[in-house]
Amino acid sequence: MFAFIIRRLLQAVGVMLTVALLAFILFQYVGDPVMIMLGQEGTPAEREQLRRDLGLNDPIVVQFYHFLANAVQGDFGLSLRQGQKVSVLLRDRLPATLELSIAAALIALVVGVPLGVYTALKRNGKLSQAFLAFSLLGVSLPTFLIGILLILVFSVQLGWLPSYGRGDTVKLGWWSTGLLTVSGWKHLILPAITLSLFQVALVLRLVRSEMLEVLRADYIKFARARGLTKRAIHFGHALKNTLVPVITIMGLQLGGIIAFAIVTETVFQWPGMGLLFIQAVQFADIPVMAAYLCLISFIFVLINLIVDLLYFVVDPRLRAGLGKSGGGH
Amino acid sequence: MRAALAKFWGGDLAWSWRHTPVAIVATFTLLIMLIAAFGAEWIAPHNPFDLATIELMDALKPPVWADDGTTKYLLGTDSQGRDLLSALMYGTKVSLLIGLAAVAGAMLLGVVLGLISGYAGGRIDALIMRVADIQLSFPAILIALLIDGVARAVVPGDMHEVIAFPVLVGAIALAGWPQYARTVRGSTLVEKNREYVQAARVIGISSPVIMFRHVLPNVLGPVLVLATVHLATAIITEATLSFLGVGVPPTSPSLGTLIRVGNDFLFSGEWWITIFPGAALVLLVLSVNLLGDWLRDALNPRLS
Repeated sequence: MFAFIIRRLLQAVGVMLTVALLAFILFQYVGDPVMIMLGQEGTPAEREQLRRDLGLNDPIVVQFYHFLANAVQGDFGLSLRQGQKVSVLLRDRLPATLELSIAAALIALVVGVPLGVYTALKRNGKLSQAFLAFSLLGVSLPTFLIGILLILVFSVQLGWLPSYGRGDTVKLGWWSTGLLTVSGWKHLILPAITLSLFQVALVLRLVRSEMLEVLRADYIKFARARGLTKRAIHFGHALKNTLVPVITIMGLQLGGIIAFAIVTETVFQWPGMGLLFIQAVQFADIPVMAAYLCLISFIFVLINLIVDLLYFVVDPRLRAGLGKSGGGH
Repeated sequence: MRAALAKFWGGDLAWSWRHTPVAIVATFTLLIMLIAAFGAEWIAPHNPFDLATIELMDALKPPVWADDGTTKYLLGTDSQGRDLLSALMYGTKVSLLIGLAAVAGAMLLGVVLGLISGYAGGRIDALIMRVADIQLSFPAILIALLIDGVARAVVPGDMHEVIAFPVLVGAIALAGWPQYARTVRGSTLVEKNREYVQAARVIGISSPVIMFRHVLPNVLGPVLVLATVHLATAIITEATLSFLGVGVPPTSPSLGTLIRVGNDFLFSGEWWITIFPGAALVLLVLSVNLLGDWLRDALNPRLS
């Protein structure tokens, strides 16, 4: 177990290094930041000065070394466009994206799992069919279209909810939260629903199909034969065994939620990291893009690690298999 | 040929299809959209890209049932006077082509790598799965943004429209293969301990032959289901990228590009420019998803 954790940690570090290298190499060749910052008017002397200040004249290997050394300390240099520290920019934007993503993930779990269990148990019920139809719509509607429709109905037509921005925020240290003001909550509703709808549908369908498979397993039949209550069978045996794939997918989806926040944030002009990233791409703002990619990858690798470790907690078969084969994961 | 068709029609899959109304409706919806899309050049009422036939006087006409609508433009026109119905048909074709090409690429890459990963095990397995992990930490949108950005920086400006199509397909395909690889690897891990594989190994059949002739057919079921669902995802991804402005250029718009263009007119009351392409997109994706759903249930013997 301990050796497994160490190995997984080393792998995670390797992945992060590769991502950093990729981000670094790719962004070396995207656009010319000097031209973008100075425009056409800059004199050759000014350009040269700026190149030297930004460290763009150093050899690639040196630049990568500096990049890595600084990245580990959370320092990704100055934004080429805004001239501010990237770490500060990202730090200011991080709370907005995290609050939005976590709200969406919570909605997905709280709504998705019960609906999935229900539709599996009452397979042919009218309500189940309705939920399933809804889930299909949720998977089939692209995020940006959901956002547009919600804005059209609740902002343009009904005028109930605001269509862009984050509303009033309260500073808790460097963390700015919108969860402490009424306006913040109002602004959160539409983007969070937009971001979560796809995940709700996904969780619902996943839990349902896993439940259906498990309910046909022999040990469920045996449990029925033993005369256990339906409640004990459905929740003690069936639901527990459906949780392994649900944990995996939800873990992987959390990365997806944060990435898809790019789209949601664009539609709602939500001042998060995704909006920052899109703007960075448009202006070839290399440090911001690199920092964003590394941060996203870090979050994702971390989630993957936790998911792998959770496997061991949830599935005893894996623990047994590890002892014999020496961890052929 | 006829015998084969008759056999298929009498088979389990066709029987299930004939007894699932949703599947029938989805099939016909998809068929109609396919015909409308790939026959656009011949059956579309207008050619929205022929500048000679476009009249700016006809810009922003509402659909035919609205007060100002004309029968000349059944679903109205956009801000440049292009017939929306025709633009929809051409746009559906672009969306479908990109989606299909991306799925084919992702499937090929994912199945081969997944088979090798699951069957070979050890270092190759670890390597491929690590690459899949890295790949997965860049979701489709990010990969496409990356590839798009790199392509734009490398290729001179006047070539951007030429490369937009292959870049988009490559980006979506590259973003999708890990799911196939993981699925195939999972089933391969189960299959490779079965007796038939051991028997094949004992009589000295080479690993590649065992992988592709014996294991592959047994792991393909989930892959087919995944492919239908992935087609829907690929179409959505393309639409999203085009909506964000990094996908198909406005000169040969896909459904996503049409929605992006129409979004600017949403607040001024010209809802049809956004809503119709959006509806077409949903209809397309929904029917593909419904077919995928049915296929998954029909191919899963444990559920019937």
